[in-house]
Amino acid sequence: MNLLRHARYVLSENPVTGLAFALFALLLMAAIFGPLIAPYSPLQSNAAMALKPPSAAHWFGTDQLGRDIFSRVLVATRLDLSIAFASVILAFMLGALSGVAAGYFGGWTDRVVGRLADTIMAFPLFVLAMGIVAALGNEVINIVIATAIINFPLYARVARAEANVRREAGFVEAARLSGNGEARVLLGHVLPNIMPIMMVQMSLTMGYAILNAAGLSFIGLGVRPPAPEWGIMVAEGANFIQSGEWWIALFPGAALMLAVFCFNLLGDGLRDIIDPRQRT
Amino acid sequence: MLKLLLSRLATAIPSIVGVVVVTFMLTRLLPGDPAAYFAGLAASPQAIAEIRTKLGLDKSLPEQFVTYLVDLAHGNLGNSLSTGQPVVTEIATRLPASAELTLLALILAVGIAIPLGVLAAVKQGTWIDHLCRIVTTAGVSLPVFFTGLLFAYVFYYLLQWAPAPSGRLDVFLSPPTHITGFYLIDSALTGNMEVFWGALRQLALPAISMAIFSLAPLARMTRGSMLAVLGSDFIRTARASGLAPGTVVFTYAFRNAVLPVITVLGMVFSFLLGANVLVETVFAWPGIGLYAVNALITSDYAPVQGFVLTMAILYVALNLTIDLLYGLVDPRVRLDS
Amino acid sequence: MTAVPALAVEDLSVEFRTRSGIVKVLDHVGFSVDKGETVALVGESGSGKSVTAFAVMGILDPAGRVTSGRAVFGGADLLTLSERDLAEQRGRELSMIFQNPRTALNPIRKVGQQIADVLVRHGGATRPDAPRAAVEMLKRVRIPDPERRAEAYPFELSGGMCQRIMIAIALACRPALLIADEPTTGLDVTTQAVIMDLIGELAHESGMATIFITHDLALAAEYCDRIVVMHAGHVVEAAPARALFAHPCHPYSAKLLAATPGETASLTELASIPGGLPDLRRPDLPACRYSDRCERRIDDCTKPLPHRSAGERHVVSCWNPL
Repeated sequence: MNLLRHARYVLSENPVTGLAFALFALLLMAAIFGPLIAPYSPLQSNAAMALKPPSAAHWFGTDQLGRDIFSRVLVATRLDLSIAFASVILAFMLGALSGVAAGYFGGWTDRVVGRLADTIMAFPLFVLAMGIVAALGNEVINIVIATAIINFPLYARVARAEANVRREAGFVEAARLSGNGEARVLLGHVLPNIMPIMMVQMSLTMGYAILNAAGLSFIGLGVRPPAPEWGIMVAEGANFIQSGEWWIALFPGAALMLAVFCFNLLGDGLRDIIDPRQRT
Repeated sequence: MLKLLLSRLATAIPSIVGVVVVTFMLTRLLPGDPAAYFAGLAASPQAIAEIRTKLGLDKSLPEQFVTYLVDLAHGNLGNSLSTGQPVVTEIATRLPASAELTLLALILAVGIAIPLGVLAAVKQGTWIDHLCRIVTTAGVSLPVFFTGLLFAYVFYYLLQWAPAPSGRLDVFLSPPTHITGFYLIDSALTGNMEVFWGALRQLALPAISMAIFSLAPLARMTRGSMLAVLGSDFIRTARASGLAPGTVVFTYAFRNAVLPVITVLGMVFSFLLGANVLVETVFAWPGIGLYAVNALITSDYAPVQGFVLTMAILYVALNLTIDLLYGLVDPRVRLDS
Repeated sequence: MTAVPALAVEDLSVEFRTRSGIVKVLDHVGFSVDKGETVALVGESGSGKSVTAFAVMGILDPAGRVTSGRAVFGGADLLTLSERDLAEQRGRELSMIFQNPRTALNPIRKVGQQIADVLVRHGGATRPDAPRAAVEMLKRVRIPDPERRAEAYPFELSGGMCQRIMIAIALACRPALLIADEPTTGLDVTTQAVIMDLIGELAHESGMATIFITHDLALAAEYCDRIVVMHAGHVVEAAPARALFAHPCHPYSAKLLAATPGETASLTELASIPGGLPDLRRPDLPACRYSDRCERRIDDCTKPLPHRSAGERHVVSCWNPL
């Protein structure tokens, strides 16, 4: 298939993308199998072993409650990735649908969606997320909703632009002429056609969604202890960094960086495969 | 130019309206009884009922909105539960700390990113170009609170170069005479150099942490824009006219390349204002970000709402300034509008 | 005794490094321009006309490289000059104007300022005096209301005006040679004539030599003393304009003439030139790059190109000329 051959070409030109795919696979494994292969239970505390530096027994050391940091970082992968993934999917659903409708129908739909997106963009995004989580309640689901809302304008804008371009395209005309109602054309033909570009967007915003969720947890919103999540682990570690116990914050932070880096590279690579014209 | 100012102001108004409406709605979205939130966790049912009537939370939604608007017009953002003080005063006292930090971070970011981007474009393929690529790829992946922590660990704990993250000034120094609220400016204006350096030392780590975070999009945009401009027709004409290389790169290319960078500043500010909250938390910086975070922890709701509103209005004003700046640099926008 | 030409290009070869290989864009190109003379460089798109000009000016794309040849101007070989020395010459002794004048000017700088920049750079005026000198230049290129126009930006001016501004910038320091790369493409017919007349007048005033790059043979015939015909990076024929039209010697020149709309030719009579430009990435390019499309091809055509005289200042590179 042409796409696969092109993908292989891009991967050979740009080995970094291959690295990103490998990293992604690794993260996925950690998310799915983490709790099964973790050497210790992430919640199991052991006061006698508190604040121990990395060693053979505890690869990443232990935290203030004696919990194994490696296990906690590993298990946290599932929570962090799910939160980010859920918010990206939600943002995509809301944004792509309204964006495509706005670009396709124009007129009032376009104005309303545009006004909505502009209002969201009038806020510094992280601040808005803080306000939303504070308003809806300190629950994980609200982190997902807040992150989805602040990513909505981006998806809406991309979807709108793409739908606009395709409005008069041949395959759309054909679909219309075959007697499909407008909604059917929109959902059944236009939307599937823009999926590749939306996939690139989703990959690119995964990194941002992870950072956002971690940031919110860092300041105490959403995920609450003792749940293992990279953001609150860094927050807990922050208390100890000034007394020299660096490992509590470092490893979850490094995991965060790795995940975000992976998704950014992945997004860049996907974009090169799907639409090389957009390269910077 | 005046026409540009007025037209941009006109577009800012719907933004402000949207911001006010959204912040109003956020208080009404509270799960359960908003009155209970404003009364606090430990309030008795009687206290809650009092708050309800006092804040007009028993009236209809439109009436509440009008009350909200009237309150805003009078600068009334409610009172903080923990201190009992008016939120607006507390925000006003803490705002200069955040503003000074954010502005310094921005100046640092721009001061590094733009020359880096320009050099990377002019000297394509050299080590500077590779450095720029690394900065832009890695920079977007760094969680700002993590970099802040790392810096505090390395430069304060390990190397002892930086002072303890204990706020805007070391305990032994007292703040300069209040003119703007910006310690750097106030101390410089009153010739109080000891306080100036003291304030700068405290600002260094948090500002650098924030700056690193916003370097990436700025450097990337500068490099990309510069590359595009250097390949354009009018640069070819400039070179064919024998203009000096400095003139070609700076007077001709750079001024054109800077336009998309100004546009990207809006997004950078959005990130900066968010990063501000996280950095203030890490360094215990007494600004409005830390204020809001503390209020969140104690479920003190009015300060959080006031914070979101203030940040949003600030952001609208910043975007307006960016638009005007763009109009100053690009005559096509100025004269065509 | 022949006077020293303003510009003498000898044996110029240029190649470009691309993703798909090395493209030999120019192969031993040679021609000369006398002082005060107007020479046209004509050929299809892709024949290498603009590349020749860029090579002479030293503004080739970084992927391009001069592999042989000389460009003797003002007693020195431009191709061996350092970038700094070349920048001294450009805009002062030799200038260039481009097509698409709107995009060729700095969009956010006033046009008067752009003219002043060149004047100040090459010492044609002092900095305080430059604005006034720029307005003088605008008058020279016949722009009405020059004081006000000097304060305008390119987007506020028409295409024809912008081309005049470019001419003003190029001629501000009274160069000895002007290279005009398709200066009238994109302009309407009336403006075309006006611009060509303007260039001709200004050249005549100062005894400046001009090279016109164009694909329009009719335009070349009307405004130029001599015509140099290029094909796929080769100079195939060079002759005085009248002589070329009366008696083209190279088969390609003849085809070009036949394809050019004249006063009497109708569209149906216009012949098109069969075939296309050869792929210049081929390692096995024939000595004559036209031979694959040529009806008059003979066995000798595989030998390196000759330079045969066909009359007064009329040279043709063909083994089987007409």
